[in-house]
Amino acid sequence: MSAVTTPGTGALGPGAVDAGRTRRRGRRRNLTLISGLVLFGLIVLCALCAPLLTGQDPIKQNLPQAFLTPGSPGHPLGTDAFGRDVFARLLYGARVDLRVGVLAVVSPFIIGTIIGLVAGWFGGWVDTVIGRIVDIVVAFPFLVLVIALVFAMGSGTLSIYVAITLVGWVAYCRIVRGQVLVAREQEYALAAKASGLPTWRILLRHLLPNVILQAFVYSMSDIVLTLLAIVTLGFLGLGVPPPTPDWGTMIQEGQQFILTKWYMSTIPGLAIVVTGLALALIADGIVDKANK
Amino acid sequence: MTPPLLEVHDLRVDIPLPHARLNAVRGVSLTVDTAEAVGLVGESGSGKSLTLRALLGLLPRPARIVSGAILIDGEDVTGLPAKQLRRRLTDTMSMIFQDSLTGLNPVMRVGDQIAEAPIRKLGKSRSEARSIAVGLMREVGIADPERRYRHYPHELSGGMRQRICIAIALSTKPRLILADEPTTALDVTIQAQVLGVLRQLKDEENVGLLLVSHDLAVVSQACTRLYVMYAGKVVESGDVLDLVAEPRHPYTFALLRSVPDPDARVDRLLTIEGQPPDLTDPVSGCSFAPRCPFAEDACRTDEPELAAYGPQRMSACRRVDTAPRWTAMVEQDGSQEAVNGR
Repeated sequence: MSAVTTPGTGALGPGAVDAGRTRRRGRRRNLTLISGLVLFGLIVLCALCAPLLTGQDPIKQNLPQAFLTPGSPGHPLGTDAFGRDVFARLLYGARVDLRVGVLAVVSPFIIGTIIGLVAGWFGGWVDTVIGRIVDIVVAFPFLVLVIALVFAMGSGTLSIYVAITLVGWVAYCRIVRGQVLVAREQEYALAAKASGLPTWRILLRHLLPNVILQAFVYSMSDIVLTLLAIVTLGFLGLGVPPPTPDWGTMIQEGQQFILTKWYMSTIPGLAIVVTGLALALIADGIVDKANK
Repeated sequence: MTPPLLEVHDLRVDIPLPHARLNAVRGVSLTVDTAEAVGLVGESGSGKSLTLRALLGLLPRPARIVSGAILIDGEDVTGLPAKQLRRRLTDTMSMIFQDSLTGLNPVMRVGDQIAEAPIRKLGKSRSEARSIAVGLMREVGIADPERRYRHYPHELSGGMRQRICIAIALSTKPRLILADEPTTALDVTIQAQVLGVLRQLKDEENVGLLLVSHDLAVVSQACTRLYVMYAGKVVESGDVLDLVAEPRHPYTFALLRSVPDPDARVDRLLTIEGQPPDLTDPVSGCSFAPRCPFAEDACRTDEPELAAYGPQRMSACRRVDTAPRWTAMVEQDGSQEAVNGR
């Protein structure tokens, strides 16, 4: 946007200067968005600064020190069955889970959005073929298909990315396609077509910015769903390979002691809940902002 | 004699429905000369908007052109390959729509929307396009265009937005603007201003206008020639003033009598009873016959052709010779209910 306007600015004189000032006056504060961003920022910060926040090694086992309760000296959140520091594992686990969670959403988001744009705009047999493929993927439960794919490709983060991409794009495709079907009959899309603009230009400049919001909002909750998928994979031994710390694995390890040591599963569980909350707040905040 | 800028021959548009086929436009022919302002009037569902959209290949799904020819400068373009056809049509014509809010991309600065076609289509540089856009905004009567350039559509008023839409339509340097109810969403003062802009473009820039409206007043303000559509067909055409003064088709006649005229004392406004015909069924006879106060038996069985009647006038009514007596006939009969014999 700015690229279009900047070159001419010099030639226009006072009007252009004035334009910058009047634009976006009185931006209302958006508490939902701000609190979501702050919370998510804190989580990311904790993940990035993990070595500064704890001196403990998340992987080093120390069996005599196993099963310490939270609040023990040197181990603020206690230790697990192998005597590893839970606080350190939580922080380093955030690095793994956030990376995998976000990365595993990026490619389905991009691929699904592009396919959805094409299906919605061109319609006809293109739409029919894509629609059938989507139907086939949707016919299987999400996790079953992901598990089967990861199993076929072998465990590891790369397999997780590929499997989640292969299954996850359909959600974005459906969302974007539906929005394009509405937007393409909007008069601005017709007007763009009537001015003889190239099709790619209409798709990218006029349709994409108007249909992307729903997909973006969905992607926020999709990160949480993806985290849960990774957790489930970890539970089945197909996830992030041990001893790499990961919240899912921590919950799974803690569940065998759930009756006596409830906090072992609860602490990483809370971490997932808080992350999910932060992302949900961001998504809601963006919707509020867009609808204003 | 130079061929007219735009000629449409026997255009037919169908909308396939699950169990039927709706003949929405049933053989419309019209011409627009260079720098001429032509109106296309009819009620909702008469096919006027579809006719307009078909001209630019913008028919909503699943409507499609079944037959017909579009001639630009006398050359039939309908046979051209899709890409060339689209280029030829969009080079010659552009379109403005009824709702200026949905007519503009909500997430793009209005100036950039005007500058877009000059960059992408005419190959101008960004700064050239920018000054073209500012020039166009000034031309359509936007004060302080440099400042407005950076605004988003929701920051502008309805009249201002419709001016932006006109500027966008002009940005491709068209010779003809197709306008689909461009003033319907505006209040009367703004309507007059927007029509003024369109008229000025015609007079000063030689940009022709094909204006679709259900509002005879709007069309007679802006246009010199008029086509009246009913049930997917042109039923009457001619010079605007002539046509309004002496309608030669009962539908036009009834339409004019249903609008209050401050100059003429009419005791009772005429209503048009009934509904337009269902166009999924084949229409036998004149499509207006069931609602026509002057219909005779032949009207219900033989479909009348659009035929010349007087200089520059066409009418598709077999009882057109009785036209001078229509006013008397209606008033004599008293109430409209009696006329329709229901």
